[in-house]
Parts: sequence; C-alpha cells; structure tokens
Amino acid sequence: MGAANRPRLAVWKFASCDGCQLSLLDCEDELLTLAGAITIANFPEASSAVEEGPYDLSLVEGSITTPHDAARILDVRQQSKCLVTIGACATAGGIQALRNFADVEDYIAAVYASPAYIKTLATSTPISAHVAVDFELRGCPINKAQLLEVISAFLAGRRPQIAEHSVCIECKRRGTVCVMVQGTPCLGPVTHAGCGAICPAYRRGCYGCYGPMETPNTAALAREWQALGARPDDIRRAFRTFNAAAEPFARESAAHGD
Amino acid sequence: MGTKTLRVDYLTRVEGEGALDLDVSDGKIIAARLNIFEPPRFFEALLRGRSYAEIPDIVARICGICPIAYQMSGVHAIEDAFGIKVGGQLRALRRLIYCGEWIESHALHVVMLHAPDFLGYPDAIRMAADHGDRVRDGLAIRKAGNALMRILGGREIHPVNVRVGGFYSLPSRTELAPIAESLERARDLAIGLVAWVAGFPFPDFERDYEFVGLRHPGEYPFNEGRVVSSRDIDISIAEYETEFEERQVAHSTALHSVVRRRGAYLVGPLARYALNFDRLPASVQALARTAGLDAVCRNPFRGIVVRAVEILYACEEALRLIAAYEPPDMASVPVQPRAAVGFGCTEAPRGICWHRYEFDEGGLIRTARIVPPTSQNQPSIEADLAEVAAGILDQPDEVIRDRCEQSIRNYDPCISCSTHFLRLSVRRT
Repeated sequence: MGAANRPRLAVWKFASCDGCQLSLLDCEDELLTLAGAITIANFPEASSAVEEGPYDLSLVEGSITTPHDAARILDVRQQSKCLVTIGACATAGGIQALRNFADVEDYIAAVYASPAYIKTLATSTPISAHVAVDFELRGCPINKAQLLEVISAFLAGRRPQIAEHSVCIECKRRGTVCVMVQGTPCLGPVTHAGCGAICPAYRRGCYGCYGPMETPNTAALAREWQALGARPDDIRRAFRTFNAAAEPFARESAAHGD
Repeated sequence: MGTKTLRVDYLTRVEGEGALDLDVSDGKIIAARLNIFEPPRFFEALLRGRSYAEIPDIVARICGICPIAYQMSGVHAIEDAFGIKVGGQLRALRRLIYCGEWIESHALHVVMLHAPDFLGYPDAIRMAADHGDRVRDGLAIRKAGNALMRILGGREIHPVNVRVGGFYSLPSRTELAPIAESLERARDLAIGLVAWVAGFPFPDFERDYEFVGLRHPGEYPFNEGRVVSSRDIDISIAEYETEFEERQVAHSTALHSVVRRRGAYLVGPLARYALNFDRLPASVQALARTAGLDAVCRNPFRGIVVRAVEILYACEEALRLIAAYEPPDMASVPVQPRAAVGFGCTEAPRGICWHRYEFDEGGLIRTARIVPPTSQNQPSIEADLAEVAAGILDQPDEVIRDRCEQSIRNYDPCISCSTHFLRLSVRRT
C-alpha cells in the first residue's frame, strides 16, 4: 500500500499510567511490520512528527478527570473516524475513580499543600461517558495480542474477535487448577477474559483488572468469598480497584462494609 | 523592547504531559519553568484505608514503564514496618526482576525515544529506515528484559507475582534457562549499543550536579542501601525527610523535591553511576572507559551512554543471578501486620523512588507518601534548561526548542509518575 493511502493512526492520553499505549511499543516483533501497514500520524509518546487530523483510528488511553480533558475528548472524537478506548482507565475510569466514592477536596488536601493550584473534577469517568466509542478494549493493562487484533480488525473492516466470557474459561483452557477450590478468594468468575488467567497460574486469586464480564453474578461470588472467610470490607475493597466505577463492581462493593 | 513568544504544542517522546516556559529579558534567561499538567490521580490519598497486601498491585499503576520500582519500594517499606527480612534466593529474585525492568525501560528510552534526537529523526520508526539493524537490536534487548519480567512477574506491564514477603509463585531453573539464552544475546547486543551511542555527537555541556542515589556495601544498587550524595549526605532510607523536602509550585501538578540545605539535586543513571562506579564489574567498567566515560559523567546529554552501560550491567547481573539460582523452599516469608511506620527506597530506572507508609494494627494504611524520581529531578531539569538555552539564545527559536526538548529527554522523564506533551513558550522582553 502506498504511504499516502495507509490508514492514519492516532494515540491519545488522558489520566493514566501510559502502560496501555506502551503495549503498542511492546509489540517488538510486530512494530515495524505494523508501521508499514499504517501511518502513525499522532503518537506523541513515540514520535515528534505529529500530523494534523482527521484520523482513521484513534486509540484512547486514560480517563476524564479535568475540565480541560472533558473538552479535549470532544475534539478527539470529532477528528476520529473510529475511536477505540484501550484499558481500564478509558473504559471504566481506572484506579483514580476511587475518588468517585470519596470527597475529592479531601483527596487534594491529602496530597497538595496548596489545593487552590489544582484543577480537577470530582469524578474520574470513562471515555464513553463523554463521547460515542466504537470499541472498548479492557484490561489494566490491555493484552498486546488483543490490541493487535483490534488494529488488524480495523484494517480489515471487521469486528474485533474479543471473547466476552469470564477468566474461569481461560483457567480451564490453560489447565490451571481452580484456586477457589483451594481456599483462595478469586474474582475470576465475574471478571472479563483477556489476560490469559495469569493470576491463578501464579497461585493467587484474580483481582479483576479486566473489569466485569457480561452479566456477572457478583452477589453469588461475594457469598462464596464470605464462605472462605472474607470480611465485608475485604469484599468491598476487592471490587473497588482498577474498575471500581464499572457498574456491576460499584454496585456489589456498595453492598459490603459500612 | 518587544516580546517574542515561541509556542510548541507538546513535548514528545516522554511519558506524561508537560509544557516549558522560558522568560528572556535583555538577552538573559530570567526563568525556566517545566509545567507539568498531567492530571493528578491522588495515589497517596486513595491508598488510605487499603490493606498493606494491596500496595504492590495499586502502586504499580502509578507507572506503566517502571511498575517494578513502585512494587519494590512498596514491599520494602511494608517489610520495614512489620519487621520482616527477605533474604537468600527471594532477595536474589527481586534483584533479577528489577534487572528485567532496567533492561526494558532503558532499551525503550535509549533506542526508541532518545537516539532519534542525536541522529535527527522524529522517531525510531523513521530512524529504522536508515538504521534498521540498530532499531531491531534495541527491540531485541527490550524483548529480553520483557521476557524476564514476564516469567517472574506474569506480565511485563503491571506484574502480578510480587507480594509482601516474596512472591506468589517461584520459577523453576528449567523455566529460566531460555531466558538466560535471550539475555546472553541481549548482553552481546548491549556491547554494540554502548559503542553505537558513544559515537553520537554530544554538546560540550557539563553541570556540577549534586548526585543522589543508593549506595550498598557490595553491590551496584537496586533494592537496598543508604541514601548518599556526591556532597555530604549519607543517611538511612528512614532519614530521607531530614535532608530532602517536597515543595509544591504553582506551575506544576508534580511536587518539586530539593535538598533542604541547598536545592536542586540529580537522581537516575548519571547519579547512580557516579556514586557506584566502583561497584560495577571490571568488564563493565572497561567498556564504559572504552566508550569515553570517566568514573563520573557530568554531561547530561551523555546520559544515553550511561544508560546503555547500565543495560549491559543488568544483563550480566541477571545472568549471574540465574546461574546461581536454586528455588527456595517457600515462595514468601510469613507476614504479620502491626501498627508501625515503614520506609522503602529503591533505584527505579530513572532514579530513587522513596515510599513511606503508616499502618494501623490490622495492616490498613493510615498515611502514604511516595516520592518518584521525576519530581526529584524537576528542579535540575529547569536548571539545565536555563543553562542550555542561555548558551544558544542567539539561535532561531526552532533550534532553542529542539535543544530544550532534547535536554528534557536526557532525563527520560516519566511525567505520568510525577504526575507528554510540552508546550514551549519563549517570552522575550
């Protein structure tokens, strides 16, 4: 394909740790091939050559936490034919959405001596709360094989093939013995697949970094956790991490603790 | 006298969002301000009330490029509070996973983000058209570091296997064998990388930094040591706040750290290397000398050479640790929380990362304080910028801008941590 006709990619950052866009640079074997199939038109973390929009595909990392970013995402949407959110921050608000359950003024005062200098919103919200999103790729961080699938699907004009079942299925495929039956609380039964069920393979419970699967039965899982000795505040904290503001997790967390 | 403003939309090839203002009056730099407007995420606030056991998973999310640094400073601080000692092969495995992070992070910066500055390309992908083998070698080095992170951590970004007291699961010798093969190749490539970057054109620029880093009795530092400086500081990790202070400035969401008695200081590869050259193996010292480095390097632009030397060191150290590895009986030592305060400080790829936590009797966090490398380097970055720009004020704005951006990239600033975009304004009055 001639360089002029290649699809134009942009990568955008909002409140985040940079880990999801780093996944693109982590595709060591595929990066130069990918660079031959698309034009990286706007990827400031990787390149000083920043081209004007519009863009064919925008990958958006991070959540909306400032008035400035709430305005900026509207502009990104306007310049993007297709907008895909990458990661738990962009898709669910991220760990910084713990402020949604707290008093943001108290948060600011805990970190900064002069709170007046800090401009922030009371909530951290996913991109979909602000603009239409064409596809949401989950994970904290995203899986780079899934990222390549999303980009390839976009290049081919098809829907990405991303499984929506729970982490449990990935454990079965991997041949990992269930950690719950060994007495370790695990969020795998309610968590969206995609990571490859890493935590149980490393002998620990899943901590839900890919967020809720479709129609999760969180209440039933919470009862299993209680049977394993988990206290209400343990359960509340377990649902309040990197996808705390995702509705099924937020609802379940509110049912436990004070 | 007229005012002239140059505006560049953002600083690229760094991690995070920032802008730069230069105030120039009568041909002199009045002020250089690095404005970090990365949206604050309030980690120190959201950690309150969380369990000690959650710290490694939560603090990893401060930075996707150096999650191990945050996990290691975190677990050491917790173990300090609870009176736990992690030794033997578990300690060695912590050092090993840290080698993986240095290799992947340094290779990313040296080849993908920084080398294009010296050779005049906007990015590594376009640089690859003329220097394809070098870019592929850099990616291969990075891949070896990531493979090490993956086997020990479960994944390279936000690893899941680090816990208070050790690990959840231990690798077998058989699992480490293929990693050693890729590290041997990475070590050979790193020798070539050192020679390549040593040949870049460097501006004749030095500053008399106060270098700050860890110093260990027998090792090039990763996880342990005293906090020392090239002047007179030599304190325990717990005493950090007696010498260093974080200050808030109006133009940045990242706090600025200073030596209370003096001001700006420097952490990271240049500091670590200057303070610990004698701790490097003779083979690495010899290669550094061949690359034109003395035992101390005060030219921040040559930091790229020091980083490449540290990649070589991390490959050699990882190979040594793998060769000596025997799986211990237990993946972690028992942990019993207590009401206490603990301190941890480790050498992130970009410099020391200091943590302090106060726990209640059940191990819930009462207060947390995290000082990342980039906030410590901010005053030094600003001082560099003032001096770099002062020497080229007669040049066109584009030249000033490019050199300023390059000066900032010398630090491999991880602005997400301290809190990638630089808007440069030069105001001439």
